[in-house]
Amino acid sequence: MKKLKSSSDLENLRKEILSKRDPKKMCITLCSGTGCRAYASEKVNIAFQDEIKKQKLGKEVDIRRTGCHGFCEKGPIVVIYPEEICYLQVKPEDVFDILSQTIKEGKIIERLLYTNPGTGEKIIHESEIPFYKNQKRLVFGNNRKIDPKSIDDYIALNGYTALSKALLELTPEQVIEEVKKANLRGRGGGGFPTGRKWETTRNAPAAPKYVIVNCDEGDPGAYMDRSLMEGNPHSVLEGLVIGAYAIGSHEGFIYVRQEYPLAVENTEIAIKQAEEYGFLGEDILGSGFNFKVKIHRGAGAFVSGESSALVSAIEGKVGEPKPKYIHTAVKGLWNKPTCLNNVETWANVPLIINNGADWYRSMGTEGSKGTKIFSLVGKVNNTGLVEVPMGMTLRSIIYDIGGGIPNGKKFKAIQTGGPSGGCIPEQFLDLPIDFDELTKVGSMMGSGGMIVMDGDTCMVDIARYFTNFLADESCGKCIPCREGLRHMLKILNNITGGKATEEDIKRLEDLTEVVRDGSLCALGGTAPNPVISTLKYFRDEYEAHIKEKRCPALVCKELIIYYIDPEKCQACGLCVKNCPTGAIYGKKKIVHIINQEKCIKCGTCFDVCPDKFSAVLRLSGEPAPPDVPRETRIKSKERR
Amino acid sequence: MRTITLEIDEKKVKAEEGMTILQAAKSVGIDIPTLCYHEKLEPYGACRLCMVEITKNKRSRLVTSCCYPVEEGLIVKTDTEKVNKIRKTIIELLLPLAPTGPIMTLGAKYGLCEYIKKTEVEGEWKVKGFRFPTEQNDCTLCGLCVRYCAEIKKENAVGFIGRGVDRHIAILPEKGGICIFCRECYNLCDGGKFPHEAEAF
Ligand SMILES: Cc1cc2nc3c(=O)[nH]c(=O)nc-3n(C[C@H](O)[C@H](O)[C@H](O)COP(=O)(O)O)c2cc1C
Ligand code: SF4
Ligand code: SF4
Ligand code: SF4
Ligand code: FES
Ligand code: FES
Repeated sequence: MKKLKSSSDLENLRKEILSKRDPKKMCITLCSGTGCRAYASEKVNIAFQDEIKKQKLGKEVDIRRTGCHGFCEKGPIVVIYPEEICYLQVKPEDVFDILSQTIKEGKIIERLLYTNPGTGEKIIHESEIPFYKNQKRLVFGNNRKIDPKSIDDYIALNGYTALSKALLELTPEQVIEEVKKANLRGRGGGGFPTGRKWETTRNAPAAPKYVIVNCDEGDPGAYMDRSLMEGNPHSVLEGLVIGAYAIGSHEGFIYVRQEYPLAVENTEIAIKQAEEYGFLGEDILGSGFNFKVKIHRGAGAFVSGESSALVSAIEGKVGEPKPKYIHTAVKGLWNKPTCLNNVETWANVPLIINNGADWYRSMGTEGSKGTKIFSLVGKVNNTGLVEVPMGMTLRSIIYDIGGGIPNGKKFKAIQTGGPSGGCIPEQFLDLPIDFDELTKVGSMMGSGGMIVMDGDTCMVDIARYFTNFLADESCGKCIPCREGLRHMLKILNNITGGKATEEDIKRLEDLTEVVRDGSLCALGGTAPNPVISTLKYFRDEYEAHIKEKRCPALVCKELIIYYIDPEKCQACGLCVKNCPTGAIYGKKKIVHIINQEKCIKCGTCFDVCPDKFSAVLRLSGEPAPPDVPRETRIKSKERR
Repeated sequence: MRTITLEIDEKKVKAEEGMTILQAAKSVGIDIPTLCYHEKLEPYGACRLCMVEITKNKRSRLVTSCCYPVEEGLIVKTDTEKVNKIRKTIIELLLPLAPTGPIMTLGAKYGLCEYIKKTEVEGEWKVKGFRFPTEQNDCTLCGLCVRYCAEIKKENAVGFIGRGVDRHIAILPEKGGICIFCRECYNLCDGGKFPHEAEAF
């Protein structure tokens, strides 16, 4: 491979790549992201390869394996270009039909299309599916078009033009100025202005300077950084080299967690390919600028994503947060100026350089510009990765993109920002997504987790769940976080277990304040958010648990009982058959009853009782009604 | 060395560049409680007892004085309501864990315990109720033994294992060095666990 030495070299290469591609030729793209792989997209791939050979279609159709499309729950996803026909949940058995009908005859296979659950309407084109239609996929959109293992795919879509522009047409100061003007803010959680951070590192007197990509992403349920690193590693690399040039750094690290093997693999390949073309290494694109990058594999712990912990880990020390009153930007890796940014932050940079700060600023709110990728999960019809412009309302994300709450249930709250985000109640559904707005209501942008909750969610239990996670993930170094979370968890367990007193709320509140204000790093600093926000917006639920020993959402095991309504029970016997402890008594034609002593509250009877009867009830805050006498338990024909 | 002037508890204080707020405060006799601090060791910032409130460019925030370097014009308050609440709660969290003399002495400052004299030389500590009861394990995880052994003795005979609420110290011959029983770290331990643990080992 000849190294590219100028912008025209890059332009010629792109032309050459494009000239070999026929835009009218059919191309089957198959998602090979981690989500679709879990649904056996590998097998679908093999089936395509075999079947293309068998049907001798090699000349008519290309096949390309892409990164994550975002709608992983409907994987494996196949999109056929140029028409953009989108097939969901494709199995190896479907491959024959796709080739013989769609590819050969241009026929659409109805059963593989997306069906709008509301209207029953079938949708052919990927971009018209409501989940995608309302998104703005600037950063994430190319994932579905390119093979992450092919740098040519990236170059074909104008990849590395931003690098060429930055290195050959702009001074480092101009690059920083553009990023500052775009008001790009860090996507890793803190929302710190990226341009300002770059400038601080650039102006720090010491040398050498380092740049780091933070791809630790340890939030449970979040996988946007991973999907971007896996699906479009060159976009992150390009941003990184531009940043390094602006900062004056010649060495960088990509910190990827060990548990993300595909991200590691695709990044390794991307680095190698970029080196071959001369986007990395010496005299990049003939600019005289040198830069090299290494992958550092981290052992997965939530706290290792924290900047000082991550820096320690790259230095080969224990990945533990350190008190830092001198910013990493000034004194970071080996005490040298270090600029650490999140994967998504770096991937935004080429967009800004290519399209200009004014274009970038045209999207978003006053304080938050551009787009943000979220991982939308929980009680919402469409789950997956979504990218929306800043300023879109929570309502729009949940209803227009997420398709609303399943089974017509009512929305209760949304937790944003990962495990240490706050729970936002219904009254703020029209809140525009924005770093500062989310903080104002007691939550945060964080890394972009979004968990939707419906009426069946107990908010105390949710607070307990996240506190438990954070107590486990706390590194244990500082006292407020370690001991504070230990006791917060104890108190929450007491509340959900029906053992708490009113004084416990005061103890809990005292702890939240000290953990938040006293902890060493932002893990402790944000860890009380789930408790603080639920105490603020759902205090009545805490009080019901404490004063009435009642769980309003009927979730907390210790506070509910299962009871069979004698009026509704049809003595079908299903629950008797399935109860693991033999707690249910009943015979044919005799209304069943639960022996509360034996019941372990597994909920099986509740689940198996046929919907049309719905005889098993959950009660909370009241004792089980006395059993009806045996005579009246007999179900006579008349009574039915 | 540049001299830096700052204000601590309304006193003008002159300090040398590179000093911490804690050192500057000590130099003029202002007492800030500490647990994980040791003048021979690198600042660690784990106990959070030495928190103070600083004001810079009209914005206030809480920092640990054992780590924060002095800055020109910095205004420091070591005794605010917020600071005292944090300190008091931290001691409340520590008392049941390691109810030893040094921790009780700290607690006494915040009205959490008192020393009842029986005779001129004897007496006992009384705690006014444990608000956050937990299992006593005699270790505050201040890390003094770990850091002393690593930084001063260069033996690395003791380390931390486990994460979060499971974190504890362990004498780790397989990972680091072997304890040479210099016993220099013994009297650093406020929780009282380390000497026992080491001798048993
Ligand atoms: C407990 C904890 C975990 C974090 N995990 C991550 C992470 O997985 N990825 C990330 O980019 N930033 C993470 N951060 C934020 C980083 O410390 C840092 O602010 C960020 O990487 C800076 O990049 P940005 O300015 O581009 O956001 C974490 C912070 C804390 C306190
Ligand atoms: S706040 Fe928690 S995670 Fe951060 S240093 Fe303290 S104990 Fe460790
Ligand atoms: S909740 Fe479980 S144990 Fe209790 S009666 Fe129903 S099936 Fe049996
Ligand atoms: S007594 Fe053992 S553990 Fe303590 S400093 Fe000496 S060598 Fe290290
Ligand atoms: S992995 Fe295929 S859509 Fe996410
Ligand atoms: S003495 Fe400063 S944090 Fe422990």
